[in-house]
Amino acid sequence: MSTIVFFIFAILAVAAAWGVVTSKNIVHSALFLALTFVGVAALYVMLNAEFIAAVQILVYTGAVSIMVVFAVMLTLRGDVGESSPENKKWGWGLFVAGLVFVMITAVILTNADWRILEGPWTIQNSTAALSNLLLTNYMIPFEAAAILLTVALVGAVILAKGVRENK
Amino acid sequence: MNFSVGLSTYLLVGAMLFCLGLYGLFAKKNVVAILMSIELMLNAVNLNFVAFNRFLATDRLIGNVAALFVIVLAAAEVAVGLALVIAIYRSRQTTNVDEFNWLKW
Amino acid sequence: MFTQMHSLYESAWVIPALPFLSFLLIAFVTKRSKGLSAAISILAILTSLALAIAIVLGVVGSGAEIVEHPAVVNVNWLDIQGLTINFGTLVDPLSTMMLFVVTLVASMVQIYSVGYMHGDRGWSRYFAYQSLFAMSMLGLVISTNLLELFVFWELVGLCSYLLIGFWYHKVSAREAAKKAFITTRVGDFGLLLGILFLYGQFGTLDFAQLAQAMNANLQGLVLAGGVSYITLTTFLLFTGPIGKSGQFPLHVWLPDAMEGPTPVSALIHAATMVVAGVYLVGRMYFMFQHAAPSALEFVAGIGALTAIFAASIAIAQDDIKRILAYSTLSQLGYMMFALGVGALTASMFHLMTHAFFKALMFLGAGSVIHALHEKQNIWDMGGLWKKMPITGWTFFIGVLAISGIPPFAGFWSKDEILAAALHNGHPIIYAVGLFTAFLTAFYMSRLFFVAFMGPEKKENHPHESPYWMTVPLIVLAFFSVVGGLVALPTHNFAFFVRDYVNLNGVVALKEFEPEGLAWGLAGISVLAGLLGIGLAYMTYVRQAIQAEAVVAKFPGVYKLLKNKYYIDEIYLWLIHHIMDGLAKVLYWFDIYIVDGIINGLALITRGSARGLRRMHTGQMQTYALVFFFAVVVIYLVYTLGEGQFAALNPLAMLGGVK
Repeated sequence: MSTIVFFIFAILAVAAAWGVVTSKNIVHSALFLALTFVGVAALYVMLNAEFIAAVQILVYTGAVSIMVVFAVMLTLRGDVGESSPENKKWGWGLFVAGLVFVMITAVILTNADWRILEGPWTIQNSTAALSNLLLTNYMIPFEAAAILLTVALVGAVILAKGVRENK
Repeated sequence: MNFSVGLSTYLLVGAMLFCLGLYGLFAKKNVVAILMSIELMLNAVNLNFVAFNRFLATDRLIGNVAALFVIVLAAAEVAVGLALVIAIYRSRQTTNVDEFNWLKW
Repeated sequence: MFTQMHSLYESAWVIPALPFLSFLLIAFVTKRSKGLSAAISILAILTSLALAIAIVLGVVGSGAEIVEHPAVVNVNWLDIQGLTINFGTLVDPLSTMMLFVVTLVASMVQIYSVGYMHGDRGWSRYFAYQSLFAMSMLGLVISTNLLELFVFWELVGLCSYLLIGFWYHKVSAREAAKKAFITTRVGDFGLLLGILFLYGQFGTLDFAQLAQAMNANLQGLVLAGGVSYITLTTFLLFTGPIGKSGQFPLHVWLPDAMEGPTPVSALIHAATMVVAGVYLVGRMYFMFQHAAPSALEFVAGIGALTAIFAASIAIAQDDIKRILAYSTLSQLGYMMFALGVGALTASMFHLMTHAFFKALMFLGAGSVIHALHEKQNIWDMGGLWKKMPITGWTFFIGVLAISGIPPFAGFWSKDEILAAALHNGHPIIYAVGLFTAFLTAFYMSRLFFVAFMGPEKKENHPHESPYWMTVPLIVLAFFSVVGGLVALPTHNFAFFVRDYVNLNGVVALKEFEPEGLAWGLAGISVLAGLLGIGLAYMTYVRQAIQAEAVVAKFPGVYKLLKNKYYIDEIYLWLIHHIMDGLAKVLYWFDIYIVDGIINGLALITRGSARGLRRMHTGQMQTYALVFFFAVVVIYLVYTLGEGQFAALNPLAMLGGVK
């Protein structure tokens, strides 16, 4: 049963990702991206990471996708159907990406240590455990991430607002 | 069908997502599309983190923590990235990375 | 007595330190105040003079002790592997004599300058340079080793340059300063080479240690062709004095150096700096003795040549300072050939007396020039005897002294040199010296008779110079009269400044043996001097001999002398044709070969950059593409490089962590 569910969402995610990179219409790409995020979130649930899955839905599907759509809206010019074309070197890109994929696959498949199945999951409440970890062991990275987010926010506002022309 | 889902399977899914993102990174002209490809790659990485956590460290949550931080960074990155895109668009009236070449000699 | 005096000798460093302090004070503090600058400078040099007199008295009191054991104080200056250089002070009779002469002349000249430089814009600068020069020259004479001496040697050269070009708004002064500096540098280069040769062989530059080392290991130091290492080094060392002391053929700078203020000419280019070369030879005399006879004969030859050469030029000159300059050259030649014939004592003696009377005459000439408002041609003067009695009388004393008339100072020293030349078996040198003495008496009297005795010129309104200028003249005149008396027997000059003797390759100080004056020889040289004066008197006062007629009879000779044997023109020709030709070849080499290599490198760099910059498309996608391709390549290198596919371990490429 879980195998089937896995494949449904895995195929959904990969297919949507395929759509993201191949679609000539950037709005379609953005929508495919949201679909990919949802698929990946489902995979997180299957991996007993419910909190990450929730964050994935909230942050990626909810926020990032919307922001991307807004960016598309603000920068779009001309025909939307030709808004995301491939460049001249797309063949080379395909070749290198394929090579990298072959490489990673070779690594995954040849490593005997990784041919393992799910063992018993011992953590009952992963969200509570996660929050516990974040506010104890990972206190400093947590605070740093908070500062980073603030800085990024301010930076984004300044960048997007632009420099006022001097009269 | 004697096939069960293991760590390798998750990793393969991650690899596919990653390489698709990579292809998008190489091949797309629109800078927003490139940002999307990067999000794909980040998701692939996150998937790997969580999968490794589930299979190799069943009593701890370090992979989850890492994934959480990656999401935070990705959010920041998207915010700044898109702001940059808009700033560039405002001054250059383009989102085509082929034309982003004015740092060249 | 000696031990008490020793503490005085150990503080000899104060003598150069005081003028240096005054230089710093003037340069950094009192530059704005004319009076204060001069006061500091003169006060410093007078204090040095007092100290020098104290040391002279101490040395005279110490007697033979100080002759055998000079008082040396050394402070380590530089001590690195294989190179030890000391700075120190050396007090022996020779340096004491120099200290006295330099401080005396320098202080007189500085006092004189107060009158002479009155109203000059560069007043403070002038006194700063004067102090710097005094420091350098005093440091030079009490150096304990060759490097220290060389440092001060260059410093006096610098001061000479600065003071010759003191009136830098005059083109001729600038040119003369450059000429002096460059010409002496030619000699200095040889000197530096000689110093390096010495260090290479003996590992020390200390005078005392060198003297010992030379006595110890002279055997086997023979270069190819049978030329002794010592001889070669000696010749190299001697090029320094040739340049500094204006010996032929590097004498050309000294007459031009008269472009500087006259007190400067008196101090630097007559009494002190130019004798530094003579002093150096005297200081290194033990080495010249080792290199005898070739080196000494060379010194004697050059000296005698310069003496007669410069004296003959002086006859035909009209500029009062140039006559004195050529006279200085001639007298320096005298000192040199005295050294060459082995008479260190006589040479140093002449150095001292010459400093007195030549400084006197230069200052007298300055007084005249000052009174006549910068007129330097002796034919524009005349009748100054009555208008300027002090200058006239003191100048007359100077003329008598340089002409070798007893009992003036020049008589004793000149006579001693000539006697030594004959005594040590150099009759030709003796003859040249005698003839030079005659010429000297002639041209100096000519200068005196024309400038002071000749008919008055109406356009001149000379008046006696102020006391600032006449008092130094009187002091120097006093020393020109009595300076020679130190040669009188009992504790005389020769007792302190000893000759060296070479006994079978071991050079040592000569035992002192009192010698009486050779009255016969003295009579001959006095006769030569009187003859010269008489001839000048007949020609220029009584007009019994028409100078124009003589000139008309020998037009070629006159022209040759008037144009200083065309030495300057020969140098010019050499520079234009030989140097410039060589320079052109080197220029071509530089432009086409050296620059070609450099430009070629630049072209290769630029060309390769032209090609390689294509790689930098400025598009990050291309960069990312290359980056990931490289990742794949590196992965393949890691895995396949180990030669087995089984090692395709993902962790292997993460540094082998497992």
